[in-house]
Amino acid sequence: MGANVKRRHVNKAVVIGTIGADAHMIGGWVLKKAFEEAGFTVAFLGAVVPQQEFINAAIEIDADAILVSSMYGMGILDCEGMRERCIEAGLDDIILYAGGTVAAPIELEKNWPEIERRFKAMGFDRVFPNTVTAKEVVETLKADLGLD
Amino acid sequence: MGVYLLIDVGSTYTKVLAVDLAEEVILGRAQSPTTVETDVTIGLNRALEELAETCRVDLDKVEGKYASSSAAGGLKMAAIGLVPELTLEAARRACLGAGGKVVCAYGFEIDHEVVREIEEARCDIILLCGGTDGGDKKVITHNARMLAHSNVQCPILVAGNRVAADTVREILESHGKKVYKTSNVLPSIDVVEVEPAQALIREIFIAHITHAKGLDKVVEFVGAPIIPTPQATLRAAQLLADGAEGEPGLGSLLVVEVGGATTNIHSVAEQSPVTPQTIIRGLPEGRVKRTVEGDMGIRYNAPTIYEFVGREAFLARLRVLHPPAEEGDFNPDRHISHLSKSVGYVPSSELELNADIVLAESAVSIAVERHAGTVRQEFSVVGEILVQRGKNLLEVENLIGTGGIFRYGLRPERVLRSALFSPEKPWSLKPKNPRLFVDRNYMLYAIGLLAEHFPAQALRIAKRYLTPVSLEDSTDGEVQVGAGRLNYET
Repeated sequence: MGANVKRRHVNKAVVIGTIGADAHMIGGWVLKKAFEEAGFTVAFLGAVVPQQEFINAAIEIDADAILVSSMYGMGILDCEGMRERCIEAGLDDIILYAGGTVAAPIELEKNWPEIERRFKAMGFDRVFPNTVTAKEVVETLKADLGLD
Repeated sequence: MGVYLLIDVGSTYTKVLAVDLAEEVILGRAQSPTTVETDVTIGLNRALEELAETCRVDLDKVEGKYASSSAAGGLKMAAIGLVPELTLEAARRACLGAGGKVVCAYGFEIDHEVVREIEEARCDIILLCGGTDGGDKKVITHNARMLAHSNVQCPILVAGNRVAADTVREILESHGKKVYKTSNVLPSIDVVEVEPAQALIREIFIAHITHAKGLDKVVEFVGAPIIPTPQATLRAAQLLADGAEGEPGLGSLLVVEVGGATTNIHSVAEQSPVTPQTIIRGLPEGRVKRTVEGDMGIRYNAPTIYEFVGREAFLARLRVLHPPAEEGDFNPDRHISHLSKSVGYVPSSELELNADIVLAESAVSIAVERHAGTVRQEFSVVGEILVQRGKNLLEVENLIGTGGIFRYGLRPERVLRSALFSPEKPWSLKPKNPRLFVDRNYMLYAIGLLAEHFPAQALRIAKRYLTPVSLEDSTDGEVQVGAGRLNYET
């Protein structure tokens, strides 16, 4: 999984925001800077973003990927159904990433493979733990998009 | 002497207001039914004759004239975008802020049925948007192709994805459509930029629409371009709030305009979050905003308000204002139906005047609630957070009522109460404690018409003639505004 090789064109555009009732802004903001420096168009939606707003923004900017940040441990709940909504909105080939403290910290430490399995089962292409750097995410997405 | 005539060719009445700019006084006003179906100058001349007679204004000494119009359906626009909450919303705002009336609005790819609806709506301008700059191109291109193959005759204004704009223009022009192009109303996801589109809408209105609506003779008479009436009101609101050189404004404000067919709300105020920590969602709001309830008015559209409120609630509210003993054989159904057919009707009894108040109150309450932002509480693991959508009008300093009812109505200031914050609906960010004014002279459009050329004089006249009112003067019920404490106040 991961790379979506069948994508028709790459627009170098991503949507970034913190999902659900999560008011943390900083993780998404760091990503925004990193992606802009890498030459991407970024729709940065801030915090407390409902699923539909990620999708709406992705449609308008013709995004290649939606990067969902979640820092308060409820990420799995908040991300449920997102892939289905994307398909409904015509974004069938969009790349979905999630990252941050996407589950309870103890789970992140002890049960990472299980968390990864659950996100993939929900249709996310990748999920990153809170130890990932912005640079790593940029490089990963570029590789998934087949860029340099 | 400095006499200026300010003319508004309205959908029902052609109004003329005469001011003396040197003395900064209103000399008088007159009106006569609009005659745009036959010859617009008939109604205009009648109004002018009346003005000359009743106010003894010497029409030969007039130094200048300006005019606005909402006759022949006003400036009817179709807004087309991609996502309803994003480019379509930005397109709508562009139309409304330019004084337009959004008669149809569509998101995503339009189909033949939608094209038929657009053709039947007989719009004056179609605003075609979609995609941020560098974003989606497919939908706006598809929609351009659909319009290209339609029977649409009106000008099409393209204000979408910059990358697709030239292609879109070519598609439309190759099928003989009249096309204008300007920058994107939503260049990126968090930037709404409606001003260039609005400037072009004004140009198109002057170049095409005044002619199409039979207003040429008015243009000839005043010797200057006509602007859409709502735009004049919006200019007045802006002038009143921000002031002019040498004359301070009143500060942030909300103007409620109750008409026979529509209820318009104008605000000049920052979006400002309710608390510094509040998270703001949705498209960013501009300082100047206009919204219209196109199906709510106290004459032609009285039935919509009545149906919305319901017969029982309408009667209950009327009884509060008017003791049931005096109702006699008043039949609300019949009265409302009568109002919708006689658009120029002025109530004859106290009961009917109070019925007008109830209708206006209901319309204003709904319209301001839709205009104002909302706030809601979310509970998260880090505690309580506030999420705000739209404009926070809690601290707005001034509230102004305008429209026919504020001229003839019975203690019409009562209508303003329904524009205020209510402790029963703390999530609706309506003004809490503004100064209240009533436009008894129905002069706001005229102030807007003068604003461009004589801002300081216009502003002083407005400040002089706006009537300050207080709700404590009303005998019925007491006002408890601001008494309830919001849970987001700390």
